[in-house]
Amino acid sequence: MNNYLTYITNRPKLMQFSVVLIVFFILMSMTGEYHDLMVQRDSFAKAVNRGNIVDSVGFFESLRMIFSWQLPPQLVRLPEISFWNPSVSTSFGYWLVSILVAVGLVFNNYSKASDKRDWFVHHWGQFFTKGFIGILVGLVLAPTLYNWLFGEITTSTFWDVPSLVHDFGQYLMFDFLLVDHWNVRAQRYDDWAAVRVVTRTFADSIQFLITLIREILMGGFKTIVTLANTFSSQTGWDWMGENKGQWYASIPALPWTVLTAGAFMLGYKLKGIGLSMLAGFGCVYLLIFGQWEPAMETLSFVLVAAPVSGIGGVIWGVLAYRSKAVEKAITPLLNVAQTMPHFSYLVPVIVFFGLGDHAGAIATIIFATPPMVRLTLLGLKKVPPEVIEAGMMSGCKNYQLLFKVLIPTARYDILIGVNQVIMQCLAMAVIASLIGAKGLGFNLLLALNQLRIGQALELGICIVVIAVVLDKLSLAWANKQKDYFADLSFVERNKTGLLFVALFFFACLLAWAGNSMVGGSVFNFVDELINSVRSNLASIFDITLYPIKVGVTNYFSSVPHNMGITTEPIWQGGVDWMVSNWQMSIKAFNKMLLENILMPMKASFLAMPVIATFALFMGIAYIIGGIRSSLVIGGFLLFMALTEWWERALITMYMTTFAVVGSVIIGTIVGALAVQNKRATKVILLVCDTFQVLPSFIYLIPVIMLFGINDTAVLIAVMVYAVIPPTRYTIEGLRSVPESLIDAGHMSGATKLQRLIRIEFPLAFPHIMLGVNQCVAFALFMVVIGAFIGTDDLGQFILGALSDKKGIGTGLMLGLCVAFIGLAVDHLINVWSKKRKEELGIA
Amino acid sequence: MSAQEQPVIKCDSVYKIFGENADKMLRESGGNVDAAEFQKAGCVVGVNNASFEVYKGEMLVVMGLSGSGKSTLLRCISRLTDATAGNIYIEGEDITKMSDKELIELRRNKMGMVFQSFALLPHKTVIENIAFPLQVKGSSTKDSMKRAMDMVELVGLTDRENYFPRELSGGQQQRVGIARSLAVEPDIWFLDEPFSALDPLIRREMQDEFLRLQAVLNKTILFVTHDFDEAIRLADRVAIMKDGIIEQIDTPANIVLNPATDYVRKFTEEVPREKVLKIKSVMDPVGDETDLSDLRVSQDAVIETVAEAVLSEQKAVAVVDENDKVVGLLHSSKVIHVLFGESSTLESNS
Repeated sequence: MNNYLTYITNRPKLMQFSVVLIVFFILMSMTGEYHDLMVQRDSFAKAVNRGNIVDSVGFFESLRMIFSWQLPPQLVRLPEISFWNPSVSTSFGYWLVSILVAVGLVFNNYSKASDKRDWFVHHWGQFFTKGFIGILVGLVLAPTLYNWLFGEITTSTFWDVPSLVHDFGQYLMFDFLLVDHWNVRAQRYDDWAAVRVVTRTFADSIQFLITLIREILMGGFKTIVTLANTFSSQTGWDWMGENKGQWYASIPALPWTVLTAGAFMLGYKLKGIGLSMLAGFGCVYLLIFGQWEPAMETLSFVLVAAPVSGIGGVIWGVLAYRSKAVEKAITPLLNVAQTMPHFSYLVPVIVFFGLGDHAGAIATIIFATPPMVRLTLLGLKKVPPEVIEAGMMSGCKNYQLLFKVLIPTARYDILIGVNQVIMQCLAMAVIASLIGAKGLGFNLLLALNQLRIGQALELGICIVVIAVVLDKLSLAWANKQKDYFADLSFVERNKTGLLFVALFFFACLLAWAGNSMVGGSVFNFVDELINSVRSNLASIFDITLYPIKVGVTNYFSSVPHNMGITTEPIWQGGVDWMVSNWQMSIKAFNKMLLENILMPMKASFLAMPVIATFALFMGIAYIIGGIRSSLVIGGFLLFMALTEWWERALITMYMTTFAVVGSVIIGTIVGALAVQNKRATKVILLVCDTFQVLPSFIYLIPVIMLFGINDTAVLIAVMVYAVIPPTRYTIEGLRSVPESLIDAGHMSGATKLQRLIRIEFPLAFPHIMLGVNQCVAFALFMVVIGAFIGTDDLGQFILGALSDKKGIGTGLMLGLCVAFIGLAVDHLINVWSKKRKEELGIA
Repeated sequence: MSAQEQPVIKCDSVYKIFGENADKMLRESGGNVDAAEFQKAGCVVGVNNASFEVYKGEMLVVMGLSGSGKSTLLRCISRLTDATAGNIYIEGEDITKMSDKELIELRRNKMGMVFQSFALLPHKTVIENIAFPLQVKGSSTKDSMKRAMDMVELVGLTDRENYFPRELSGGQQQRVGIARSLAVEPDIWFLDEPFSALDPLIRREMQDEFLRLQAVLNKTILFVTHDFDEAIRLADRVAIMKDGIIEQIDTPANIVLNPATDYVRKFTEEVPREKVLKIKSVMDPVGDETDLSDLRVSQDAVIETVAEAVLSEQKAVAVVDENDKVVGLLHSSKVIHVLFGESSTLESNS
């Protein structure tokens, strides 16, 4: 017994943790009469609304309840607060609080000072500032808190914030600073708010760019109408009618042959045969699976969003590098922007920019810019000072230093940023389709709604193909070398370009000639071929697929949507087979998991009185990072606890916790096993890469088909996605353990397992924790997307806010709630791993 | 270098103090800066009252240990940092008062600098790095490439012009750095510990290369190093710095023979004099002696190389300049003195 005591007293952190846990469980046991209401989500709040229970009781009544082992209601669920109607009280007790706070603050400052003797002479100003803070805390904050917790405040509340945000948005868009705006359609001036003029102009220019590229890639009638809409006073259709005979009113689309040949040649020119094959066959893939048209729609949207995000990101990164103030201002914005769920951007984007492709592009830009800013800043900060000095001594002007020295030297990080931007743009392709972006994403969403796994997978791979090709091309372009001494003639220098021009005309001619072959027998064999592939596949797997029409397609020009071959029957058949063969075991597993783990876990999260949640998380934060971390975490929690969605936030936390724990266990085990063998490592990393770039929506389909609509389905989809970072970081962490330490382990006679547990894991631990951090971000992201399956957490409300006319405030507040969960975990893990790395001396 | 000639670089009580209220502290101290006192107030003294001149074609080596302020001094003179107080004249013009535009003009035409960590642009090839100052200046691609190619030849990197810096060894990288700094044909050449990051053997080789280049180019040079041997070997004059103060500024021979402070003496004690001193610095003036040996030695020869020959002569040896004119005499006793020092002479006497 004595031994255990000394063991614990020698480990202060362990002791603190035990205290926190004991307090937590005591508080958990004090819910008493409210317990049953709490376990059913929202019932407590509903009971308060109906007047069945009061939301707070007075101070002495609270004490009485606590002594009878029952928490007062305001500590079970925070009542609504009015923070713009502060209470002021000048009674004796509050003055005492003021004086105590002020004296405490002054003394705190004094005790830290280095020269104590003359301190009062030099720092007498402290008395005024600290005194003022003391009075503010004592006479305003303290009575407000008291009245909030123990009194009656029923005026405007924190719960009104979403509608206030909405009103503010409306005011900005319709009433603030009215200016004349020329209405093209109606041929008159309208009163428009200045903000609206600015945002709509921006939206129109983005739309114009998208349309322009789309016009070139897809051409034809539709896009010309849109262009005419933008430019002329008539509607596009009228304009078309008037200019019917003109050549420019009927420019056909660029034949696919031109773009594919271009891709082959560009790849060859930039890097060589490998890239050429990748780019060219990427195009061919899009074509033969009949996704050419939606792929071109997506491409036109990415070709606008990616450069805007990339250039914007570099500009902000440079500004932040130049000015500390800018850096300080944008850092928290970046943090929040990167952790907010994508959905919550969509509502404000709809309000400010409307619906359509441009809105999708703008949402994408907002989401894809932050990593670019961050990486640009990181890269610029890493430029060695001597290189900058070398630039200055070479006589660089400011802009020359920036463009010729700083940015090129930081290019590794900036190129990672470009890669991130492209990946994010394509990741947003699906989400952007919720607010009107056309293309692969929209079709994927349709396939999701119809539970067509094969279709969705093909579309997903199309998105991946575009992402990979764009990424590799941009990388090769940035690394392209110039030869100064090759003394070449004009033809030699431009041979690729000239060849392309020749091919262009040839392909156009072919497409034009192809028009007259349609209906003849020329293309029929292609049609028959595709039809036979489709019908054979379909009959093998017993799926219905409509045959394509024969004799209507000019294959030299394009392959219409869904007219190519498809592998859908294989996937569909596979899932069907799984469902029919494994149904019983899946059902049993599902039932077991739901009844024995998920439901009790959810209930216990919901049964946490709010004060217990604070005690637990702030206590852990204190142990990890001291008082500052504790307050940071407390702040994040308070925000959530004050909204009306506290219970929903708890459900999100429960789902995230389960998914993260599961993913981390699976990920570290898989990673640790994989790292034992070089080939296995390679395979696992490849699987990680593939799973990460596939649009995450795809995972929703099989889980729904196998598990139905419940938490199991969502959590398994979440875990499939969230298991990637812990696996990857475990592998990287274990691989980064110095060789000499492993040798030392060998020479100490440790077995393989001992080495892994005693040497490699402890050293790789900070690395693995970074993986856990990423895992939480991934899990939160997928939990929110899980709303498509049907959940009852924050994500469902965010999805709801999308279709709510007044959803802007709701969407943003909910987004912040999710972001704060992520940021809280991020903060704790960062503080911990920083300390740990310092201890290990590997900072 | 006559006294009437205008110095190329002239520093007039230059101070550089880092810290928030450096200006105020300096004004209050009235020029008498006490490093320890400043440190207490949160300021770090980089350069403390530096005054000296460098003349055309002269090589001044600033020597000091790390933190002595030698690199800071160099950066003040190239105005990569602004001096806190004092004036710095480049060919009579005060660069502390120059506008950014004038400064850029000056750097584009008159200055070149070599850095300790080479500071090559990683995204440019050898030839592009060397041509960089020319392109920044606005020369045409053709001209700058031609000039850069000459530089590549000068530093002996022919056939490597299309390599990237990461594909070169340290010594080769520094050759690129040297070529880049010379591309604009500067009059003033700053070198900030150019050979410190190199292996000892390569360093020696690069020093020889450097002397060869200087013999051809005859630039005005400010060379910073922490290596006393390097300073003695290369310099026309050496400035020894400690805690921002220039302890002594003199010719290598004078520094070795007459160290001004204890700090300087610590460096000179370990130096084998016969390896650094030239005959010139120990010879006696031509007297009326006529009884000379047949041996003649050059006044620029290092003592070590001729010591054996001189010691084997019984009579005094004539010292000649490059035109073979007799400029002095060397007695073997002088050589023994240099080789074994005063103390050893005393010991052998007793």
